[in-house]
This record gives sequence, C-alpha cells and structure tokens, in this order.
Amino acid sequence: MQLSREQLEQAYRRMKIIREFEERLHVEIGKGEIPGFTHLYAGQEACAVGVCENLTDEDLIVSTHRGHGHCIAKGCDVKGMMKEIYGKAGGICGGKGGSMHIADLDVGMLGANGIVGGGPPLAVGAAIATRNQGKERVTLAFGGDGSCNQGTVFEAMNLAVVLKVPTIFVFENNGYSEHTAFEYAVGSGDIAARSEAFGMPAIKADGADFFSVYDATKQAVERARKGEGPATLEFAICRFYGHVEGDPQNYRGPDEVKNLRETMDCLKNFRTRVGEAKLLDAGRLDEIDEEVMTLIEEAVTEAREAPPPAPDALYTDVYNAY
Amino acid sequence: MSVKSYRDAINECLAQEMERDESVIVLGEDVVGGSGSKGGKEAIGGVFSLTAGLWGKFGDNRVMDTPISESAIVGAAAGAALAGMRPVAEIMFTDFMGLCLDQIYNQAAKFKYMFGGKAKTPMVIRTTHGAGMSAAAQHSQVNYSWLTNIPGLKCAVPSTPYDAKGLLASAIRGEDPVVFCEHKMLYMSQGEVPDEPYTVPFGKGNLTRQGKDVTIVGFARMVTLANEVADKLAGEGITCDVIDPRTTSPFDEELVLESVEETGRLVIVDESTPRCSMASDVAGIVSSQAFEFLDAPIKMVTPPHTPIPFAPSLEWTYLPSADKIETAVRETLEGR
Repeated sequence: MQLSREQLEQAYRRMKIIREFEERLHVEIGKGEIPGFTHLYAGQEACAVGVCENLTDEDLIVSTHRGHGHCIAKGCDVKGMMKEIYGKAGGICGGKGGSMHIADLDVGMLGANGIVGGGPPLAVGAAIATRNQGKERVTLAFGGDGSCNQGTVFEAMNLAVVLKVPTIFVFENNGYSEHTAFEYAVGSGDIAARSEAFGMPAIKADGADFFSVYDATKQAVERARKGEGPATLEFAICRFYGHVEGDPQNYRGPDEVKNLRETMDCLKNFRTRVGEAKLLDAGRLDEIDEEVMTLIEEAVTEAREAPPPAPDALYTDVYNAY
Repeated sequence: MSVKSYRDAINECLAQEMERDESVIVLGEDVVGGSGSKGGKEAIGGVFSLTAGLWGKFGDNRVMDTPISESAIVGAAAGAALAGMRPVAEIMFTDFMGLCLDQIYNQAAKFKYMFGGKAKTPMVIRTTHGAGMSAAAQHSQVNYSWLTNIPGLKCAVPSTPYDAKGLLASAIRGEDPVVFCEHKMLYMSQGEVPDEPYTVPFGKGNLTRQGKDVTIVGFARMVTLANEVADKLAGEGITCDVIDPRTTSPFDEELVLESVEETGRLVIVDESTPRCSMASDVAGIVSSQAFEFLDAPIKMVTPPHTPIPFAPSLEWTYLPSADKIETAVRETLEGR
C-alpha cells in the first residue's frame, strides 16, 4: 500500500461525500423535492473512488445512469451537482441535464448516460483522441453488470483491443440488471472471462474494499499508460437502494439490504482497515464525517434556494432551436 | 363496460390476446422482473407495470425477461414473427430504440416487401414515450414521427384507455410490425373500456370534438390538451373539430381533409420537434391536397427544435400547452 495519509483522507472523504449525498437525496426524494428519475450509488462508493484515486484530471471517464458516485470521485463540484439534480440555475449542466446527465469536462468527466451501454464506445473514441494527442492518459468506461449484455459494449471491447487504445472497462457488478438478477441475465456468469475472450486482460476484485479496487485499477492503468492496450475490471459490489428511487425492490431476499449494510459497507471496511493498520485514527475520520455533513447540508440548502434556470436557457446550447 | 386506466386497459388486452392465441408471446427487460433473484419472479411486471401478472398466467415460454439487450429483443421478436409467432416485445423507453433500430427498419419493416410478399412479420414493439416527468433528454422523447417515415412499419399513438386496448389488439392480430407508443403521462388516465376483447382499426381517426371554425389535429397526449382548448373556446362560441388520428402510420388523411374543407383553418399539435414531424407531415398533406379550402396559414404547435431539458420549469416551457394551442387557434381565426 503506497498511499499517503493525504491520499487516504481524500479517498475516505470522497467515499463519505458520495454516501451522504445519496442518503440525503433518498430523504429529499421521499419528500417530493427532487424531480425526475434518480438512481442512487450508495453502497458502491469504493468502486468509484478506488478507481478514480488512480487518475488525474487529465484522465477521462464515462459514466452511467447511476453516476453520482463517479462524478464525485472524479472531482465534480458537489454543490453544482446538487443544484443540477434539483433542476436549478447554477447546476453543473445548467439544470438541463439532471441526475442522469451530469458532466464536467474540466475534470475529465465526459458524462453520465441514460442509455445502458451508451458509454463504452465513447470511451474507445476518447482513448483514440488521447493516444493521438501523444498524452499518457487513460479513459475508463464505468458500467454495471446489466451493461455487459449490450452489443454496444461487446463492440467497444473488441474495437479497443483491435486499436490497442488505453480504454479500461469497469463493470460494477451489483447483482442486478435493474430488477433482474445477474445470475439470470449473464449467461456465463463471468464478465471478466467474456472480456478476456475479446483479447484483453481482466481482473476481478472485491468492490466493497477500497484497497482491492485501487490495486486492481492501478495495474490496468499502468499498463494502459505504457501503451499496452485495454483491460477490464470486474468488481463485486452491492447497491443499498433500488434500481431507481421508488423501486419496490420485490426482487430482494428477506433482510437483504440490512445484511448488505452490515457485511458489505465499504466505508466501514475502510475505517477498519486504516484503523488496524494505524494509518488514520478514528478521530480524524470523525472530523471528516462532520465536514462532509456540513458540505451536504450546505449543498441542499443552496440547491433549494437557487432559482430555476432562466426560461431562455431552453433555446441555448443547440445550433438552432427553430 | 367499466372505467379503467390506460395502463390497465393495455394489461388486460395483453392477457386477453395471449389467452385467445397461444402464438402471442411477450419479451423484454423486466417484463416479469426478478428473474434469478432471491425475491423471485413477478417482482415488477414492467417498470410501469404494464405486463404485471402475465408470467403467472402464461409461464416461462410465453413471458420472457431478457437481459438489457434491445437489439436482441427486437431481432428475436422479428425472427419469432417470421417463424410463426406473434411476439409483443417491450422497449422500456422509446429513447432506447436507437440501440435496436437496425432490427426495426432494416429487418422487421422490410421482410414482407423485400421477400416478395412471402413473409409476414406480425410483431408489436410496445414502448413508452413522451415528456412531463422530468425524465430528461434520454427518457422523455417521442419518435413516432421518424418511425412513420419507415415503409412497412405501422405506428400507433393511443390517447385514451379505450383506444389503447383496441389498437393494441389490432396490432397483435395484424400481419405487419407495429410500434405501439404508450404515453407515460397517460398511464393513470381513466376511461370507459369494454371488458371483452375488441379492436380499433389502424388508419381510422377519431373525431373527439365537433365544430365548424377550426380543425385541431393532435397526437397522443396532445389530444387531451386539444380537447381541453376546444371545450373552453366552445364557451365563447368558437367551435373546433378535434381529430385524434390514433395511428400515424397508416394515417387517416380523409378525416383531416374533410374537416379542413369545412373549417378552412388548421392547427396541428405534436409533441415531436418541428422539423420532419407529424405536424409538418399533416401540414404538407393538407396544403398539397386542400390548399383551396384554407382561409388562414396552417399553425403548428410543437416543442422547439431542442433536446428535452431536465428542469421542470424548462420542460413545461418546452412542451405544447393548452395556452399555446389556444393562442394558435385564435391566431388562425384572425388569419394570421
């Protein structure tokens, strides 16, 4: 483990921000404050952060409908994200994108995506761009287990191998394609093996363990930066909420979420790991918790108080609105 | 006859048609829900519960959860149709049709013609369309206008529970591929729906209001707005024909032309963006075939030519509204 104290604190802070961002959204959505369809990332924080702590602002990611965690891990402005999700002026996309379409190209976040399987082909193209620009940058395509069954993903994986570009396909296997179980929907039951069949290395890791995710990603990123081509990462993880807010989750077993929160909570795991190894003390982590709670409270307050986008915003950012 | 929701009318139709004909099968993402899970099957019955209860009645071979693989879903439906089944595939949101467009427009739509009439492709793609839920740019669109541009493909845009049930039965019993567009904002709307199976024919529009001053043609949810405006203006002595074409392909030209020949004024209300839309298509039909009857320019009430914004304030500005329709009707009466 080569991470400095500062890096560990940043990793924990980002995981905690994601967790509390999502927990708070769940509450506010319950009150009817948030418009639209929201897909919460809570439970998967170690995946986004374990991956992105290997990246710089120069590296690129594409994300999914469940993208808040990826955005925060990549360094998107949390308050701007909250305003976006509330559909307000000052939102990171001016209130025009919403929860499923957050993007911030300045930090290498090329966009969340409402189309399952929409992102991986984009990640191949972005990797072509960085290769041709002579930069040692990598592009990562996040996806869920559901996305591994899309033809677009198969095509993107093969193209990345053919062109030998620095694209890394990240599959966060949370066990469900929306409301259908992984065991049913993925015939072979093995995403990594599928990826290997396309001609790239694939690593499986424990998605609830930040360090496991971090180390697996490091291998893939180092390889890709050296021009050795694409790779796949498959992380076993769980989501604490439904596919979308409002999902009755009848597909869950009895006490499934309660058990997952007890046994697969990546934040608790992280605290235990850094505590046992005497890397960070609990007091410092508690301070971070408090800072995060303040940040989230401010983000919600500011989002609530922000005005809606100006009506004319409807007609901007398009070549011709007619 | 009893009052049912648009959603229940569709669900009832699916069950009755499956009962009636064992070649009718249903496939799509989460149409059963919970396959392979600890909670078990029938977890959801489609994300808007349109297929709830079907798996329990008809079993694994006739109601199939699929992986998230739109191209394979539509292609499998087309193949099953070629081989003698009557599949009803679900594409969860019409926005996802980009993923399976080849199977729709190069495959299913062309078989009958391209194979010299030897093949039938009796299949239905059910999908939800339309804005109004802040579902943003990739979950709110309508695409019936560009589907209407595809020869060999039919397209239904029901606006009432009665039409939803009857048009879906026609679609399932027909011989051509149909995209059946269900408006997500109408699922909870209520209306009289016969309990027994019946069909509403394709290509036959519905005159939902009768008047003499202006013809309003609306599609899908826009019909409800057009009716609202017609009712309001009737109080001032301005009367409108409101036409719900029910299907965009085939399209009931005759009903629209006959109405415009009487009123001389036409307002078209379409949730599509304006270029190459049903609105521009109907305007083209009327101006080329009934120009001499027009007393005022044709008015189109559509969203602007932009993607659909997320913020509710922008989304409702984007969408046609009763106010915008009323303004258009008044303008056409003034010859503007």
